[in-house]
Amino acid sequence: MDNKTPLIALMGNPNSGKTAIFNLLTGMNQKVSNYPGITVEQRRGNAQLTDTCAVQIMDMPGTYSLTPESLDEKIVAQQTLKWLNGIDRPAAIISVVDAGNLSRNLYLTSQVMELGIPVIIALNMMDRVKNKNQNIDSKELQKILGVHAVVPMSAREKWGINELQSELLNVITKANIEVSTHIQMEIPKEIEKIISPISEFLYDKNNHDNYITNVQALRIITRKSALELYSECENLTGAEIKSLTLLRDNVAHEIDVLGLNHRILEATLRFEMLDNALKDHTLINQSEIKNQSRSERVDKILTHKWVGPLIFITLLYGIFQSIFTWATIPMQYIDSAVGYLGNYCVQLFLPGILRDLLVEGIISGVGAILIFLPQILILMFFMTILEDTGYMARVAFMMDKLMNKIGLHGKSVLPLMSGYACAIPGIMATRTIDSWKERLITIIVLPLISCSARLPVYTLMIGAFIPNKPILGFLNLQGLTMVLMYFLGTVTAMVIAAIISRFIEGKGKSSFVMEMPPYRMPLAVSLFRQVYTRGKLFVINAGKIIMAISIVLWFLASFPKPESDEVTFSIQNSYAGKIGHAIEPVIAPLGFDWKIGVGLITSFAAREVMVSTLATLYNVEDEGDGFVGITEALKNEVNPLTGLPQYTPLVALSIMVFYVYAAQCMATFAIVKNETNSWKWPLIMIVYMTGLAYIGSLLVYQGGQMLGFT
Amino acid sequence: MSIKQLHHLLPGESAKIISFHTDLTLQSRLVEMGILPGVEIRLMKKGPFKGPIEIKVRGYEVALRYKDAMQINVS
Repeated sequence: MDNKTPLIALMGNPNSGKTAIFNLLTGMNQKVSNYPGITVEQRRGNAQLTDTCAVQIMDMPGTYSLTPESLDEKIVAQQTLKWLNGIDRPAAIISVVDAGNLSRNLYLTSQVMELGIPVIIALNMMDRVKNKNQNIDSKELQKILGVHAVVPMSAREKWGINELQSELLNVITKANIEVSTHIQMEIPKEIEKIISPISEFLYDKNNHDNYITNVQALRIITRKSALELYSECENLTGAEIKSLTLLRDNVAHEIDVLGLNHRILEATLRFEMLDNALKDHTLINQSEIKNQSRSERVDKILTHKWVGPLIFITLLYGIFQSIFTWATIPMQYIDSAVGYLGNYCVQLFLPGILRDLLVEGIISGVGAILIFLPQILILMFFMTILEDTGYMARVAFMMDKLMNKIGLHGKSVLPLMSGYACAIPGIMATRTIDSWKERLITIIVLPLISCSARLPVYTLMIGAFIPNKPILGFLNLQGLTMVLMYFLGTVTAMVIAAIISRFIEGKGKSSFVMEMPPYRMPLAVSLFRQVYTRGKLFVINAGKIIMAISIVLWFLASFPKPESDEVTFSIQNSYAGKIGHAIEPVIAPLGFDWKIGVGLITSFAAREVMVSTLATLYNVEDEGDGFVGITEALKNEVNPLTGLPQYTPLVALSIMVFYVYAAQCMATFAIVKNETNSWKWPLIMIVYMTGLAYIGSLLVYQGGQMLGFT
Repeated sequence: MSIKQLHHLLPGESAKIISFHTDLTLQSRLVEMGILPGVEIRLMKKGPFKGPIEIKVRGYEVALRYKDAMQINVS
């Protein structure tokens, strides 16, 4: 990246629409949602302002203040301390402000304005203000605050972005912009005197002006975490930290003796400043609390004591049932297309190794996975709707009490539900949980939630072995089995959470403070874009990992070829066969044969590889020239010893239970290692999940046989 | 007006925050969201089984735990 490209920082409260603005400016496609705190990482992207002028935009995690509390807030606080000391200073800051929620949003803006960097306020969500027949005098607001500009806009309706760009251009092309804020906190003389020991300490260190030094001192007094962060960023020596801590504790005590509260001192002074500055401006002040919003009326039903949870459960059930039923027809189309392609290649090419590799290895392996694309798209579609409407925040509200009982947090619900799509974004999303203990427990149990990679395995087993029978008139045995698998994983996650929460030491008490975003109609464009992104990822994955594994596996399953032509080739003697047979004794008690064993090994790359592994193995084994469909192959497999079918509904159930629990996706554990900063937790997870999988399958298979099932 | 705790308010009732005695981290979090002494709030809803309490403050909506609401004095 060109070092001369000016850097622009994008800051704002959670759920103020920073990421939507980031996407508009950069043309990028980051996930946007209606759930506070969904941006947990810093992201950078280039924005072209004119043909010749580009800037780099940095999207920062949402935060309410520059005092660090949760992990993502710490990232922001750290960054701004650096800027204050002149390191990596951006050329300008876009402070994104939710226009429907001015006074709270301006709190952060006023802190940001003290960094001495030109601030442009992006007054976002003006569409909602206008819909309420209100307006905000942006010129007046700009004058009151003394920011560089206030740009009314709506990232959702995509207007105002040009004005924002031209203001940006304005800032970066002008040399020596004078930054002058019109508002400053009035720090009473009495307090200024009390905090002076800290101010003097800070002044000796950094040489900032009087006001900034006082603000820094106030912030260090409010919280221990602010002091820790300051010491870290300034590389204080042990002795310095000790003396600063001592100063801080004394000053905090003196403030409390005055009858004030040192923890809320900065906030009190700052809100006093803001409230005073805005109070005479009817076109700006909008702190009303009397009116019932539309969201509030909707919530009377959706979060009703009894009706609310019932609606939630019904929604979940409906989603998983529809994954199974709606996807059937497109899946059949893809299935026959893959079969057609396979058979077409058989006819097109001459017999030989290359044809075998193409048909038995690549087409069968990759095709077996592509079939599940419709299901994954449907799942993503519903998950996105739940999040974008603002419903997930309500679910967090409803579930907090229950989650708390089992050592989790209301905010654990969204990460856990993301886990139905994929554990990795779910684990990332746990960063919104403030308490470390609850966050850790959420991470530990999250991979038990059945992700979309398990879906192909469940679907294959259910489709082949569970009869398609109606139950109670409106349910269906296949759909019900599917829901049961999801239920099993979810319930186990809850039980494990309840157990381990007794053993993990927690630092600090947990609390739940969560903004309830207004309900919004999801935008079709953004909805389909997210579904598309996920679908693309799945297909690319199939194209890369699964194709590679399919090719390797095909070689392992096809070689070594017998030395003399008289002996017919048997897959049992191939490398894959030998590997599978080697682990067979371990997995035989679960009802698994060597082919499943090979699938278990390849599943370490990704769970869905199981399906393509079986597809490749069966196609290699098949002596005919045609292309073998995997469902039929599974049904027809015969146990060489007994002559009975190798796979029965009981074996299928045992395999599914194994997949509900098993620790198979390496990428997940790499992320856990990253997020917890040690190998300890991923290792614990691998051990407990593998144990659960083995015992679970053992119970199903052996117990089922004892009860006389097959 | 008499002083009572936030969780004693009935749905729809408004009050002014007087002080709070919640745990320290939570206090800092609340004040940064503009929920501090002197501010008017309205109780919107109480969750089931002493579940979270939803209030409206400064024109937006926010949920708190019941046990934390017990530590907030209003009048």
